[in-house]
Parts: sequence; structure tokens; C-alpha cells
Amino acid sequence: MRHRSVPGISTGLWLLVLLLAGAAASAQDLQSFEKRITVKVLPNGLTLVICERHDAPVFSYTTFVDAGDVNDPSGESGLAHMFEHLAFKGTSQIGTTDYTQEKIALAKVEAANDAYEAEYLKQVGRDEKKLVQLHQAFLDAQAEAEKYVIPNQFTEVAEANGADNLNAGTGLDDTQYYWSMPENRLELWAWMESSRLADVVPREFYKERDVVMEERRMRVDSDPTGRLEEQLLATAYVAHNYGRSDIGWPSEVNQITATEAMAFHSKFYVGGNIVIAIVGDVDPKTDLPMLEKYFSRVPAGPKPEDMTTVEPPQFAEKSVIIRDQTQPFYMEGYHRPSYHDPDDAVYDAISDIFSNGRVSRLYRSLVEQQQIAADALGYSQFPGEKYPSLFAFYAEPLPGHTPAEMRLAIHKEIDKLKAADVTDAELQMYKTRARADLLRGLADNQGLADSLAEYQTRYGDWRQLFLQLNEIDKVTKADIRRVANRIFVPSNRTSAEIDTEAPPPAGKSDGGAP
Amino acid sequence: MRAPLPSSKSRYLLAAGIFAFLVLPHSSVAQQSKPWEQIPIPPLHPFHPQQPKRIELKNGIVIFLQEDHELPFIYGSVLVPGGSEDEDPAKVGLAGLYSQAWRTSGTATMDGDAMDDLLESKAAHIETNGDEDSTSISWDSLKGDADQVFSLAIDLFFHPKFSAEKLELAKQQDATAIVRRNDDEDAIAGRESAKLVYGANSPYTRQPELVTIGAVTLSDLGAWHDRTLKGKLIVGIYGDFDPAAMEAKMRAAFEGLPAVTPAAPRHDEFPGPKPGVYFIDKEDVNQSNVQIVGIGIDRRNPDAAAIAVMNEVLGGGYGSRLFVKIRTQQALAYDVGGGFGLTYDHPGTFQVNVLTRSEKTVDATKLALTEIAALNTQPFTAAELERAKDDILNSFLFQYDTKDKVLSESEELEFYGYPADYLETYRAALEKVSLADLAAVAKKYIHPEKLAVLVVGNGPEIKPPLDALGLGTPISIDITIPQPFGPLVAAGAPQ
Repeated sequence: MRHRSVPGISTGLWLLVLLLAGAAASAQDLQSFEKRITVKVLPNGLTLVICERHDAPVFSYTTFVDAGDVNDPSGESGLAHMFEHLAFKGTSQIGTTDYTQEKIALAKVEAANDAYEAEYLKQVGRDEKKLVQLHQAFLDAQAEAEKYVIPNQFTEVAEANGADNLNAGTGLDDTQYYWSMPENRLELWAWMESSRLADVVPREFYKERDVVMEERRMRVDSDPTGRLEEQLLATAYVAHNYGRSDIGWPSEVNQITATEAMAFHSKFYVGGNIVIAIVGDVDPKTDLPMLEKYFSRVPAGPKPEDMTTVEPPQFAEKSVIIRDQTQPFYMEGYHRPSYHDPDDAVYDAISDIFSNGRVSRLYRSLVEQQQIAADALGYSQFPGEKYPSLFAFYAEPLPGHTPAEMRLAIHKEIDKLKAADVTDAELQMYKTRARADLLRGLADNQGLADSLAEYQTRYGDWRQLFLQLNEIDKVTKADIRRVANRIFVPSNRTSAEIDTEAPPPAGKSDGGAP
Repeated sequence: MRAPLPSSKSRYLLAAGIFAFLVLPHSSVAQQSKPWEQIPIPPLHPFHPQQPKRIELKNGIVIFLQEDHELPFIYGSVLVPGGSEDEDPAKVGLAGLYSQAWRTSGTATMDGDAMDDLLESKAAHIETNGDEDSTSISWDSLKGDADQVFSLAIDLFFHPKFSAEKLELAKQQDATAIVRRNDDEDAIAGRESAKLVYGANSPYTRQPELVTIGAVTLSDLGAWHDRTLKGKLIVGIYGDFDPAAMEAKMRAAFEGLPAVTPAAPRHDEFPGPKPGVYFIDKEDVNQSNVQIVGIGIDRRNPDAAAIAVMNEVLGGGYGSRLFVKIRTQQALAYDVGGGFGLTYDHPGTFQVNVLTRSEKTVDATKLALTEIAALNTQPFTAAELERAKDDILNSFLFQYDTKDKVLSESEELEFYGYPADYLETYRAALEKVSLADLAAVAKKYIHPEKLAVLVVGNGPEIKPPLDALGLGTPISIDITIPQPFGPLVAAGAPQ
């Protein structure tokens, strides 16, 4: 039985609604909301954002690190994600029986891996027999280090203390760690979270690398749309890291070292690059000194220098055709600026008008009227938002229909947007829904923590989460046509499709057991 | 604002599923110090979750009102007994088509498209849904629009005007899902492993085919509607409303209905799988999806609490035996876990899954089988028991930490006829689970020789072959999609 999912709505947000409804007294209402939020920047640069909600004796947190796989150095794709996995392996105090000894053993693992890699990567004169020996030496060193490991003790302590929805995610733009806990574990959490940020150790790194390879096989290699997306991005980008596999190319993930992961940590896991938002039954007056004590352990440092690569303008249309024994699929993308662009809200408006619900243009045209697609969407930022990304479309053909028909139908809708203004009703609907969706998105503690941490990072002020509504209100019909005419041009387009290939002649595969 | 991706591929997570909780098996090793144990854990702030008001009408319909004045929104739903498990086997897919066309068709006074326009302009929603054992209508809107939205919703609830065009649209959607169902390895594994447990023609596993959805007519939808609405409806209202006025409004809407018709008891059989190894070849993958399955239990089973604790030890979280052995120590999988599913009204499945690279299929499967069998041979330790219980009990309050979760729980218990204090009773039972209980449930419910192993994977890459599992010759399962219709046969054909 599953019938209704009511977003968990919590405290005090009704004040915000007055603001959202455009009430004259909006500034005052924002101030009321502000009363529950405390922002503290620690001397090491780390920012804490605390929002009080006393409905239930629980809290949720999000640690938002402003570094993701876009920051992986050349040849090390997948590194940020690998590091995220490492951050669950414990510290010098948790997950080990004797860190002094383990540290020595881990150094030997690293040396053994370096020796193996050096031989493995020799283009000329690789000694295969020596390679086998070096690999064995590496495995032996690993086994020695594992003697000191208490597996998964970090997560075990968290979960035994009631951690709920414990996980982490690495995207191209950033890395987020999160869980929820009973409020009486706040100090325990602060100890754990600050420990792993400040005192991570390269424990079980090479085994975890194999685990991540399995994750890649599951999400990309063995999934037709995973393969399609990876190829679309790799084709659309020629210079910027948004074009690089975010989980990492197999040969690169396979050769990431613990040393590289620790270097990534030293560079990007510094105070100035981390925002932690906590939402729930916490009291800044009494809790802040405690939090400050623990999180001051994170190494000080300003935000690392940003990357210099800027994707050059695309001047030729590109396409990818995958011929596969899977059902057809169509995607295309057009380069667009990052979220810093003054037209950011215009792209969201286009996305909404194209895609949001049964009233959207793509649904009404491709699904309802032409009846050629089961689903069709346009979305404003793919694969990230921090750097110039793609405005992307996808369509899933109905049985008997082709990617070529999807492409044609999407282009017709794009041409309409370029040639004629959207209606007043469409524009108003976007604005109304953006307000309501914002509210609904803040519904539960974890959702609010995610948003506060993200906006504090992206804009230097969580208030932008609400103030963005001003930008949304300013979007005009002329803006939409102007932006559509600027980016939706053939030379700025990359498409990717799956064309269904006939199965091999009968007899090749008898379905027999391997 | 961050736009959602169609397939959410952009974020790589630490763990595949939401694990319930965890345990650590072998941490008897000495540790220098445990600084976290020195951190004080004060008593939890007192908490008394607000229970919804329950109103039982004379006709048997039950209404729950859960006030929450934080936001000016009102949400509502009506749950209707009867779902896909009650379909005519010749028309499998009927409930799914019905629940789509119900909303998209609309009513005599306002068709579905007009309803879309009106609702979306107010950022409001009315939706209909279908599930295994129920269908439902739900609505939500800002408080100011609530009366209008409720009128629309209730009109749609009682007086839909099913449209042939919208039924056809729903059929197209479902036909697409049918022809695409073999593209996703995980979906194949889930579907086919359930069939092994319940039988391919069981109401719990049979799947819509092009021919069965083709057989569904407009009058079938009307007949389904008229029949199911006679059942015991459960109405739930949540949000910013005046309780007296809302109660009056709900009474006015539902009190005039005739006495509800109780659902006929079901007489399904649950024989469990035929033991052995089953194989489905999929040439475009480099990872095997292994499912080890058997028949499980339901929540009324007095052993449910002990089994839940055993689940934690076996495969419930980051420190479970399966996770530690197969992922952390052997690095054979990213996604590994499992246990007994606890269902409300029929035996669930016992299910352990491992996703591993093709060439490690046999190794990983053997390890998983070993861990399952070890529940009877490797004694549970006091540390395992303590941690499993801590995991479950210390996070128990996340089952009722918001008012809407409390409402949903109340509706669910009402629907399945469980006592209102079920959660408290269950919690008390969890607290009492002992080492002896764990050993007893392992003995009673863990029977490795009764399990089936399903492997979906790339046959030629699986070396050694599945015969090496020593469980007999693998049995191939044919998952070819029957394509009876002229136009639809073209689906997936080369262009």
C-alpha cells in the first residue's frame, strides 16, 4: 500500500509563505525566519548554519564540500568520489586497533603499490614475472595493514546511535555527507563528523577502489542510459571536466592511489571550502561553543583556486549513435552558462514550461497529441550547475517510434519557443509553481539542511534560497525568446541516441547456462 | 535551482539502497581507546507524537484528521481497497490503466486536461494511484484553494467519466514499459526472482503483457470503479484546517454512502521457490545481478521482531555480515545486502542480493550462501545482538518524528487491520529479543536447501560457469516479451 506522500512540513515556515505570497511585509517575515537561523564562520574558515526546529527531538545535517569530480586532476577521474568512500573508513582513533602500527603498515602498502604501478606502466621492457611478484607483495602489504582494521566501525557507531538515512553523494560540483540522529547525540555527531573531516586515514583504500569499480559497472556499464549519458557528455565537451566520466574512466579509477586521495583531501577539505548545515532540535546558545570546539579541528585554509579551463564555444553540431539491442532513446544538449549567469532563472522558466507536468509543452505535444513518446523532458542544468553546462532534452519513444521522430518533435517545440512568446498563463504558472515548489522542497529537516548548505556555499548567503524568487519574478516573455534564440542553435547542439539493433541470428545464444 | 535529472545519474552514493541498520560481527579485537564512548548522551527531550483524530462513520468508512498549522497547505487522500492482485488474470494491468485514466479522463463537468490547467495554475495537485492491494486519490493545495480543489477531487472520486482516448494513452505508456522491461538488469532480477518465490502466475508477481492490457476496455474501468468504491474507504486529511469544519465537510461527503462491503478473504498459496540455480543471459552487461530467494513471513508472525534483529546481523547495513565480508573485506560488490521482507498481509520474500563483476559471480554467490548458512552455524554474539538492537531502537523515532508520518502509519495500520498501538508493541518486542531468540529464528526460518539462486548476467563472461556453484545444472529462464499485436511488433525492430 502506497498512496500518498505528504512532504514532511515543519516549523515556522508559515512565516515564509507570507513572504512567498508576495505580502508587503515580506522583509519582516524574512527577518522572522532569520531569527531561527544562526550562521557562524569559524577561525579556520568553516561555516556552520544552524536552523532551529523543535518539533521532534531529532536533527539532520549536511556537510557540503565545494569540491567534486570536476576537480579531479587529469588522469585521476573519479578521485573526489573515491575520497568520499574513504571518509567512511574511520580515523586514527576509530576503526583501528593500533594506529601507530597501522600507519607504518599503510605506508608499506603505498610503497608496494607504487612499485607495482611503476612496473605495470612500463611501455617498454615490462617484466611480467616481476609484475606478478610485485602484485603479490602489494597484496601481502594490504593483508598486513588489515590486521589493524576494525571494519566499518565509523558507520557502526553512527548507526548504533540512531543515525538514519546515513549516506553521502559525490557529484561533479560538490560532495555531500548527511544523516539524521536523535538530538541527544549532537555532540557525538560533532566528534565523528569533525574527526573524519580532519583526521581521515587511507584505510582499506585499494579494496574500496574495487567496490567503486562495481558501482561503475552497475550505474554506467550495465545500464543503457548510463552509457548514453556518459557518451553524450564526453562528446559535448572538448575541454572542460564536465565532459569526463564523473565516476571515472575505468583505467583511471583503477590507478588512483591513496596518496592522491589524501592530496585531494589536503587541498579541498579545508575550512573555507566547507559549509555544514544543521536543522532540528538544537539550541545555538548552548550548542555552538561545543560545535566550534570540534569543528575547529578542521585544517584552516581559504577556498582553493578555481580551475582555469573554460569550455570553448561549440561551432559544429555533434552526434553519437549507439546501436544496441535495447530500446531506442534520444537525448540532446545545448551549452548554456553557469548558475552565475543573470539569465539563470530564464533557463529554469524554459525548463518548467517545457517539462513540468501534464500541462508542459513537451508532454502535450509528444505524449498527448502526436502520441510518439512515453515521456519527454527538457532540463536546465546537466551535468552540473557550477560551471557552464547543458540545457538537455530527452525523449523515450513509444513502441514503433524512433529517435529521429523525437528529435524532430523536440526541434519543432524549440522553434515555437524561438518564434513566438510563451503565454501569460504559462509564465505565471512557472512563477506560482516555483514558489510552491521551493516551500515543498524545504519540507523536512534534511531537505532544508541540504538547501541551506548549498545556497550558503553557492551564494555566500543562505538567504538567496528565498531571494531567488525575486529573480524568478523578473523573468519576462522577451527574456525567454531571447535566451532560446541564443542557445538553441544547431551548431551548439550535441545529440546522443540509442538505435535498436536486431538481435543476432537464432542459434548464437541458446539461452544456455554458462 | 538544481534541475532533477531524468535518471539521477549525476551523483554517486556511498551505498546503493537505504539500509535499515547495522551490526558489526568481529570487533572483539582490542582497541586502544574509544573516545566517543566518553561523550555524554543526555536524556532525549520528551516527545509525544500528535495522534490524528480517528472518526469511524456508521457505514464503516474511517476518517483521520491530522492538524498541522505550520504551513497553509491542506493535503487529503482516500484509500480504496483492491489493487492489481485482484485483477482478472486475462486483464493483468487493468488496475494500472484504471489508476492512470481515472485522473487523466476527468469528470463530466471538467475533463482531465482542463483539470490539469486549473490545478497547475494554482500549484495544486489531484492524482490517482494504483498499487498491489489498493487504489487511491490524493489532492493538495494552498489553504485558500482547498475548498475548490476538494470539490474537484471529490467529484473525480465519485463521478469519473472514463475516456477512450485517455485509456489508449495509458495503454501506450504501459506498452512502452512492457517492451522496455528487459533493458534494465536490476528490474529483470527483481521481477524474475519474485516469480521464483511466488510462482509466475501468482497475483503478487504476474506482469502485464501487451495482450492483457489490450484486453482492457472502457467498461472494465467503470466496473472496477463501481466495485472497489464499495469497500472500506480510509480518508486522511493533513495540514492547516479547522478540525470541526473539516470533520463536518468529510461527514457530508462520505456519511451518505451505504455500509461498506468487507473485502473477501484471500486464499493464496505460498509454496516458495523450487530450489536450484536459474540463469538469464544479458549480453550488454559486465556485472551479474545475483538474487538468492526464499519465502518469508508477515508482520503478524510472533517471530517478526527477532527476525528483524536477525536481518540486521545478516544484511541490514554497513556493518552487517554480508556487507563486511563481501563488500568491505572482499571488495566483490558495491550493492550487497538483504534479509526477510516484513509485509502486512501475506508472506514476504527472503532475499539476498549481490551485484558483482561477471568473472566473480560464482565466488560472490558462494560467499553470500555461506553467510546465509552461517546464521545456523556461526553463533550470534552478544555484541552483534546489542548493536543490532541499538541500531533499530535508537533510530526508531524516525518512524514517527513528523505529524505526516504518524498519519501515514495510522492509515496503514487501519488498512491492514492492525491494532493502533502496533508500533509500541513491536518496539517492546524488539527490546526483548535475546540471543536464544536469534538462534531459534535462524533454526526455524533459515533453510539454505530451500533457496533459489537467480543470476542475471553476461553468460560468456561468467567464468567459472554457474555449474561450479554445485547446486545442479542451471535452469535458463526465457524472458522474451510476447508481442501479439501487429503495430506493436515493430517495437524495437531495426529501422
